[in-house]
Amino acid sequence: MAHRETFYEVMRQHGITRRSFLKFCSLTAAGLGMGPEFAMKIAHALETKPRTPVIWLHGLECTCCTESFIRSGHPLASDVILSMISLDYDDTLMAAAGHQAEELLEQTIEKYDGNYILAVEGNPPLNEDGMYCIQGGQPFVEKLRHMADHCKAIIAWGSCASWGCVQAARPNPTRATPVHKVIRNKPIVKVPGCPPIAEVMTGVITYMIAFDALPELDRQGRPKMFYSQRLHDKCYRRPHFDAGQFVERFDDEGARKGYCLYKVGCKGPTTYNACSTLEWNDGLSWPVKSGHGCLGCAEDDFWDKGSFYSAVTNMKVMGSAEADADKVGKVLAGAAAIGVAAHAAASVVSHMSDKSRKEVRHD
Amino acid sequence: MTNKAAVEGHSLANIQPTYVFEAPVRIWHWLHALSIFVLCVTGYFIAYPLPSVGGEASNHFLMGTFRWLHFVAAYVFTIGFLVRIYWAFVGNRYARELFVLPIHKAEWWKDLIHEVKYYGFMTRKSHKILGHNPLAQSAMFFFNVILTLFLIVTGFALYAEGLGQGSWADKMFGWAIPLLGGSLNTKMWHLTAMWLMLVFVVIHIYMAIRADIMSRESSISTIIGGWRMYKDDLP
Ligand code: HEM
Ligand code: HEM
Ligand code: SF4
Ligand code: SF4
Repeated sequence: MAHRETFYEVMRQHGITRRSFLKFCSLTAAGLGMGPEFAMKIAHALETKPRTPVIWLHGLECTCCTESFIRSGHPLASDVILSMISLDYDDTLMAAAGHQAEELLEQTIEKYDGNYILAVEGNPPLNEDGMYCIQGGQPFVEKLRHMADHCKAIIAWGSCASWGCVQAARPNPTRATPVHKVIRNKPIVKVPGCPPIAEVMTGVITYMIAFDALPELDRQGRPKMFYSQRLHDKCYRRPHFDAGQFVERFDDEGARKGYCLYKVGCKGPTTYNACSTLEWNDGLSWPVKSGHGCLGCAEDDFWDKGSFYSAVTNMKVMGSAEADADKVGKVLAGAAAIGVAAHAAASVVSHMSDKSRKEVRHD
Repeated sequence: MTNKAAVEGHSLANIQPTYVFEAPVRIWHWLHALSIFVLCVTGYFIAYPLPSVGGEASNHFLMGTFRWLHFVAAYVFTIGFLVRIYWAFVGNRYARELFVLPIHKAEWWKDLIHEVKYYGFMTRKSHKILGHNPLAQSAMFFFNVILTLFLIVTGFALYAEGLGQGSWADKMFGWAIPLLGGSLNTKMWHLTAMWLMLVFVVIHIYMAIRADIMSRESSISTIIGGWRMYKDDLP
């Protein structure tokens, strides 16, 4: 086989200096929470390993993942990574279009069968044989299956690919379906968030191409290095939570003092993401820092979990009735109390009537 | 003449006081009740925190204290339950009634129907039963075995979120969270289970007091002192 170029060679061809390359490696190591010695490991891997192509598909989605990605806090990181991956196929970013573009897919399969990474943004709708998302005259779900068959591993970008997100919210008319429910025979790395944080995306993809391995995943298939803790575990407002100091309304004294946002619906205590540590836009801010609760965008079905302004969810309990589980509970407990009172009264009455009739002596 | 039929149809005749609830069962009962009380109060204020306290955050630890109390009571609740399970194996036969419903016995079903009739005022005559009556036993099984286990599993799954991935609690109970549809849903089910538990507690305490006053055998004094006494010598 002909010489397969390394990542490093590709980057140099794209005008990235060695100095920038090394900076990129240390930034990435730091972003992944690894020690400085890993910078050199990453550099070494990128210098010596043949380049792993990345195919980036788009199903039903809003492109917020791509938008987040290309706005990575470190322009260097996105430059470097884009130069590494946009070579192959990404219908939003690549220069090619039309048949020419679709041909690239077949060429990749031919050249790198079983050796490329498939990054999927969005998800396939399955109703009507997938007709709700057509690309190049073909349902997206077929394109996805075809490309998945020949890939090495899949990255499910964002909450759409990972969980379904807004297009899969009830009643989900197109039956939009997350990737892991369609593709079952390939390893899948879920990178949820709507969108995911840019540094998380660049970190995951660099890890996978540099080390030629999946990052360590949690029980639900998310990389542990970014998704092993809830926002609440690292939130800078947590001392106010523990103290019992809450924003009760968005315009109250507590809001001005930066109290905890739990009572106005913050989902930080139930959301696994890196917002409270990495923050957004190069560490500029994140929702809680700007005074609004977390919506829980990185969690499964976050659109269907009741109000964004209540931290206790109300959800479909039975059939189609929307009911607050907590209210159901209160009604049940209340009904039990009333039932008990009524039964007690009936007992007294029946006891007295028994007595007056002298029918039974032994109650 | 439902009363007569009930009297004749019933064979358990015993007028001697009987030792029913051994000490570990009684101690467990009251520890269990106490821990549930603490868990409900603190759990409720975890879900719906009290109005904010003022001043420096470093001067207060209100939510932290509620959570701490919740976890202490949770350990009492869980370890107590494990000891109670152990006692079901080594204790007397009444110690097993909570865990094993004798659904294979026709008599048990007959008694169950009788009990439903009794509480529905369809018959005046109460049974003499040494352990639990079948109605109470079924309720006990659902609320105190199934629901207790559910609260323990969901509770420790939530607890594991704080301890972190890879912790013992995560390894043992972490699976419950994806199964229930995520962290928020797990909390919701945990909270719903609390309300169900309260339904049981309300009815249970009512039944206990009512039985003490109206039925023919001792009730509250039995769960305190262990002995079942009878107020008459009828069968
Ligand atoms: C959180 C509250 C409570 C819970 C979860 C609870 C649970 C239980 C359980 C599981 C048993 C069965 C014991 C066994 O067989 O091991 C039992 C028995 C009993 N409990 Fe409670 N209990 C609670 C509170 C109370 C209170 C406050 C009273 C008193 C008013 C009470 C009175 C009784 C009585 C009288 C029995 C014996 C029933 C019989 O004679 O068969 N319980 N309880
Ligand atoms: C009778 C038993 C129990 C009751 C009634 C109860 C009740 C509750 C309630 C109402 C909540 C608040 C849920 C929400 O925020 O929506 C809660 C939270 C919680 N419970 Fe329990 N619980 C019980 C047993 C347990 C057990 C056995 C554990 C095990 C450690 C446990 C651990 C937790 C944890 C970790 C939380 C979340 C606390 C937080 O996020 O700050 N619970 N519980
Ligand atoms: S603002 Fe949200 S994440 Fe922060 S401590 Fe409060 S509930 Fe937790
Ligand atoms: S704070 Fe919450 S809703 Fe906002 S991006 Fe992070 S996980 Fe999503």
